[in-house]
This record gives sequence, C-alpha cells and structure tokens, in this order.
Amino acid sequence: MLTNHLAMHIPDGFLSVTVSLVMWVLSIVFILIALQRVNRDLREREVPVMGVLAAAIFAGQMLNFTVAGGTSGHLLCAALASVLLGPWAAVLVMTSVVSVQALVFQDGGLLALGANLFNMAVIGPFVSYFIYKLVKAAARGANWGIFAGGFAAAWFSIEAAALACALQLALSGTSPANLAVPAMGGIHALIGIGEGLITLGALSFVLAARPDLLKHSQTQAGSSRPVWVGGLLITAVLAALSPLASAHPDGLEWVAEQAGFSSAAEAPGYEIIPDYVFPGIANEAAATIVAGIAGALIVLGVALLAAYTRKRRSMS
Amino acid sequence: MHVNFLDPYQDGSSLVHQADARVKLVLTAAFILTTALTPVAAWPVYVLLVALAFAAELLSELGLGFYLKRALLAAPFVLAAVPLLFTVEGETLARLPLGLTITSAGLDRFITIALKSWISVQMAVLLASTTSFPEILSAMRALRLPRLLVAIIGLMWRYLFVLADEAMRLIRARQARSGIGEIPGRRTGGQLAWRAKVTGGMAGSLFLRSLERSDRIYAAMLSRGYDGEVRSLPHPGISPGGWTTLAVGLVILASLLLLGHLL
Repeated sequence: MLTNHLAMHIPDGFLSVTVSLVMWVLSIVFILIALQRVNRDLREREVPVMGVLAAAIFAGQMLNFTVAGGTSGHLLCAALASVLLGPWAAVLVMTSVVSVQALVFQDGGLLALGANLFNMAVIGPFVSYFIYKLVKAAARGANWGIFAGGFAAAWFSIEAAALACALQLALSGTSPANLAVPAMGGIHALIGIGEGLITLGALSFVLAARPDLLKHSQTQAGSSRPVWVGGLLITAVLAALSPLASAHPDGLEWVAEQAGFSSAAEAPGYEIIPDYVFPGIANEAAATIVAGIAGALIVLGVALLAAYTRKRRSMS
Repeated sequence: MHVNFLDPYQDGSSLVHQADARVKLVLTAAFILTTALTPVAAWPVYVLLVALAFAAELLSELGLGFYLKRALLAAPFVLAAVPLLFTVEGETLARLPLGLTITSAGLDRFITIALKSWISVQMAVLLASTTSFPEILSAMRALRLPRLLVAIIGLMWRYLFVLADEAMRLIRARQARSGIGEIPGRRTGGQLAWRAKVTGGMAGSLFLRSLERSDRIYAAMLSRGYDGEVRSLPHPGISPGGWTTLAVGLVILASLLLLGHLL
C-alpha cells in the first residue's frame, strides 16, 4: 500500500542526535511563534476550532482512494489546512496531528519528532501557503487560481517535506544524499499528485458549499513575512535538488575535454566555494547542498540589498 | 461502527501501569536518547538495552509477543539504510554482482541503526500501552509544555474518535454507491479522476462539517462559562517511590551510556 505515512515519518535511530536536536530547536521556535500569532488572531475560539480541525485532519487521513491495482493514495492535509486556515493555524493543527501520531501510534520516533514536525508541520504549511498565494496572484482573482493553486500547493508541500526528510537522513549519514534525494523526491512526486487531486476536489467542494471561507482566508495575514519564509524554504529545497544536477561535466567542459584544451584553463585566482563544494564538509553531496543554500542566501541577500538601495535612491 | 480500536492503551494493574506518568515519560525519553547516543557496534550495550526493554515489558504484564508485534511497525523504514551496506569504507565481506561489495563496517552501521530503531519503538509502545493518553497529556503539562498546545491536543483527542466515525460513515456511503476501486472481473468505480474528485469531496465535506461542529462546540463551551483560559487541577507531587524509580532508571541509563563510550 503506497502510503505517505510510512514514507515520511522518520522513526528513531535513523537520525543522528545532532540533527534531531537541531530540528527540535527549529520546530519549537516555529511552534511558539504560531501559538502567539493564533492567540492574537483567534483568542478564545482557538482551542475548539484548532482542536476539532486537528481531529478532522487526523480522521481525514483515513480517507483513501484506489490509484491502481492494490495501491491507494492517502492525504497529509497540510495544504488543505493552510489554504483554509492560513499558515500559522495550520502549523498548530499539523503539530497536534504529528505529535499524537508519534506519541500514541508510534508513527515516527520520539527523538525524531522534532524533524518530523519540521517537515510536516512547518515546511508543509509554509510551502503550500506560499505556492497558493503565488498561483492565485498569477490568476488575478479568477476561480481557476484557487484550483490550480490548491493542486500546486499540495504537490509542492509533499515534495518539499520529502526532500527535507531526505536531507536529514543524508546529513545524519544514514542514507547517501545522491540516493535518498531522488528516491524520496521521486516517490513523493507521485504521492503528491494524489494529494493534489484530493485537495483540488476538497477545494471545489468548499467553494461550492461555503465560498465565504475561501474569501475570508484571503483577508487574513496581510504581512508578507510568511511569503518570505516560504520562499526561502523553497529555495533551500531547490538547493537540495542540486546534487541531482549531474556530476557529469557540463556542456562546455565536455567539449573541452573532447577537444583537448581543458588543461589550458587556469585555476582561478581565489576560491571561495571551489567547484560548488563547501570547503570543510566531508560528505560531498551534503557539501553541495550546503553550498547551494549558501549561494541562494547570498543571492537573496544581494537582491534585498539592491531593492533597498533602489528604494532609498528613489525616495531621496 | 466505532473506531476505539485505535486507542493503543491496554488496561491493566501492573507496576508499570501504576507508575507515575511523568516518571514514565522522562524515562522513555531518556531511554531513547541513550539508545541514540550509544556508538556504532557497541554490541554489549545494545544487548543490555534490549534486556532492559524486555524487563520493562515483562513487568507491564502485557506479554512480550504483544510488543514484538507492534515493534515491527518501524521495520519497512530500515530499507532507507540499506545503501550503507555498500557505501561505508571497510574490509570487504561479500561481493555482489553489479560491482557492489558489502563491507563489515557497513554491516555494523546497518545493524546498529536497525537495533536502535527496534529498541526505541518498543519503549514508545510500552509508554503508549501502559499510560492512557489523558495521563500522558497531563504529564506533558507538568513538564512545562505550553498550556495552549496541551489544550488543543486534548480537545483533538476527545473529538478524534467522533470524527473518525464520521469518516468511516463517509467511506461506507461511498461504498454503498459503488464508488470503490476494483472488484476482480467487474468494471467499477469510474475513472481515476472521478474517484479522486469523490474523495476530495469527502475530505472537503469532513472539513466543513468539522468547522461547523467546532462552532457549535465553541458555543457550548461559552454557555458553560468558557473564557479562553483552560484550567486544570494542580498536580500532586511525585511519590517517593516515583522519585526512586526515576533516579534508579536514570543511573542505569547513564552507566549504559558510559559503558558504550568506554568500549
């Protein structure tokens, strides 16, 4: 049975203690922020609403549909929760679901819970929110934006969570990155389609029955910070894809080797991140990923700086 | 049809059942941490950890077979570690076709990971089977988990079985309307896209019903004096027996950890 449960909830013993603890710290930070935000927005309604919706998502993960032969698709629901409730409430709801899955049903380890929470309760909601907003903005208010956005949000949230899971396994030395990333990424690309289809169906139902819910979620959360966080997360994920970028020499290098003039190239005068591998990290795949992330952050920083200085110049 | 088979708590009156939930929670976490910190191939320590786990399971009077069956849950994930057999550098144990060689260091790593996973799952099952979930929740509260999160999880637990029943009813309704996937020899269920849309409608329906139910629950709570503050009774202190168990447990785990690093 092709269930994304077993595939993404990491049991104990597979992550190094360092990775587990770092993930715990990150998750706790995001959960505390989410508690604060939801408290401010919902106040005393939050316990009944969050609690019941968490139960709904838990129960909803029992809904399945036959894909082909003996396989069936299941839901993770981070995207649905994020679209209907906003990212912060979705964080809390998914936290409850994933924690109880680990504590009570041993779906995922207890030490590894930090990492599982980060993948499914932080990355899931944030990436899906960001993608949903992006697609809806592109559709400029047309209804197809909601449907396409929902599908894309669901697919990307599953894929991003799976890639993060593969990264954690690789950094712990449990699975080599050049195997884990394509394996997890590939399997979840398929699972994500199922999740996307169900999310699509659910959103069209909600649009027909309670369109006010979808309009309401638009006016919430005017701040663009979740967008940045989500965007950064996506960039990090794309960086994780970089080991897939084949280690085969790229076009020009290949031609150079064939024609025999590759030795004519001089070594560069200085090397900050030589050959896209971060100096000082032994595992080459992990090093590539870190280099990708560092590169993306540098580019983002420069872009922000450029936007800031341009704004300053246009104001003066 | 009800889904209370989902609750893993097994009622009983053994020593483990009666132990304080806070002590059990801390010891379980400490045990899993000790297992995680034990170095690769420290086989004597792993044997002792397994013995400790079995001892605790026997004390709980639920039978070793019960635990061994539930502990198989984590087994499929071990596939993720199989590449280690081939990629870790070390002396070759066996040569396989396709140029793959199994190294002894790789085998050590693989078995270590499988053992750690198996032992940790057993302790988690022990905790969940001997401690009812409300007790676990109040233990987490006593250990300083945010009150709001505990309240949300608590309410989720209360409504989980109600909504799971609702989901089962939706599934049964779909079956009764021939929405199921495959019966050998018969054409059923329509296109994949149609099936996905139906399931999506079920999920959306479940979500909407839950949202509206939560509004009714909120109104009911309001009319019974709810003001946003979730209060609970103060916790009684841990008994001397509880402190002793905690201390003994932590000392044993610490010495196992030390032994592992000295080997």
